[in-house]
Amino acid sequence: MDSALIPEGADRCSFPKFAIGISIVGAVALWGVYAMFLCWFKGLNQTNMNDYYGFALWIWADLAVIAVGGGAFFTGLLKYIFKVDELKNIINFAVIIGFICYSSALLILAIDIGQPLRGWFIFWHANVHSMLTEVAFCLSCYFAVLTIEFIPNILENRQANKVPFFHHLAHNMHGVMAIFAATGAFLSFFHQGSLGGVAGVMYGRPFAVREGLLIWPWTFFLFTWSAAAFGPCFTLMVTKITEVITGKKLVKDNVVHLLAKISGWMITTYIIAKIIDTIYWAMVTAPSLGFKMSHFYTNNSFYGYWILVTEIVICGVLPGFLLLNKSTRENPTTRLIAIVLGVIGVCLNRWVMVLQIMAVPVMSFDTWALYIPSWQEVATTVLPVAYGIILIAITYRYLPVFPQERELNQPRVDQ
Amino acid sequence: MFPFNFEWVWDTAHIIFMGGLWYAISILGAGMAYVIVKAAMDTMNDKGESHH
Repeated sequence: MDSALIPEGADRCSFPKFAIGISIVGAVALWGVYAMFLCWFKGLNQTNMNDYYGFALWIWADLAVIAVGGGAFFTGLLKYIFKVDELKNIINFAVIIGFICYSSALLILAIDIGQPLRGWFIFWHANVHSMLTEVAFCLSCYFAVLTIEFIPNILENRQANKVPFFHHLAHNMHGVMAIFAATGAFLSFFHQGSLGGVAGVMYGRPFAVREGLLIWPWTFFLFTWSAAAFGPCFTLMVTKITEVITGKKLVKDNVVHLLAKISGWMITTYIIAKIIDTIYWAMVTAPSLGFKMSHFYTNNSFYGYWILVTEIVICGVLPGFLLLNKSTRENPTTRLIAIVLGVIGVCLNRWVMVLQIMAVPVMSFDTWALYIPSWQEVATTVLPVAYGIILIAITYRYLPVFPQERELNQPRVDQ
Repeated sequence: MFPFNFEWVWDTAHIIFMGGLWYAISILGAGMAYVIVKAAMDTMNDKGESHH
């Protein structure tokens, strides 16, 4: 039915099977869209946010997708600026994942602001003293970069590429992609950093506040670093999931090993810096504000030392070690464990930096404030996941996303 | 966003923030304008056979 649109030589499932799969995920997406419209029409009273939780599940999801979407800017930087040519075989998919992550982040923000019709105020009436204004600027511009990076892949669709103008446009865009990639890396560095930079001004929240270099708290650098470190893990994880679902090998092992190795180095160096930052905060910053470290991890039913150990040791030190070590990196099982732990680790870091901050009592008469999101918040957070699955399914079906797919899946000649 | 907005002030913060935004937008806009014009010229010159 749609065979004319499928890349030449690529084997895809039948259209009815594809449509059924999309319909199932589409139903989940519709649930999220319904919740989204409830929030827009009835307001933020649909959520369980309150005076304690001005930042809640959405902001965690926002920071998490931005962090794991960092694979796009970092892989682009390596491919186009540092000329790591092997990564050309995974860059398309990294860009698509980044596109999904950043469009999801913008969607979540559009729901979270409560008054989406006034979303443009952040540009028109910009508060130039706000780090979040810088985040909004960089996020929007970087989404434009990702769209530009995604366009050539769309134009390489079998039918679109027959149109001479589209063919030339895709070709010319590849020619100047290094400029867009460099701009994307610059924008990413600042918005990832500024999200972490918020901790530098949270003087009223001793759990979060950090010292740093000039106007930049250490978390400014740690957020950028962690996105560059764990973003490729997410790219590799989604690639693996796509390979399992399609039953095909899509990227050669040497490319996966290379990206995993780079990620391993980035994770290890990041986690050393994170450990130093945590020790300094626990030994110097928090005590200087009148708090012991135990204050942040005891006397409540959820946040214990386990979250610190899980984030730093199990989901930081361990994946770093597994990806640095050649034998465990090249073993598919231990590599998969490492990249999954890495993705969990960076998401947990953002959870701690958004939600645990809100939960910790600050004043002497305060108590721990634990928060459970409403179903509308959960549905709108699941929405980007469903949207991402649909977009990956459509792009995989109709676009030449993986340059090595055909070579890796040649029909065997048994003679 | 623009100097003609009522809240605009010619200070360092506005110049850095808005200058950075317009700088990024200019690079993206100029880059896209270049590739679109070049693609249109290539199409008119029918260079399709020489690529790939």
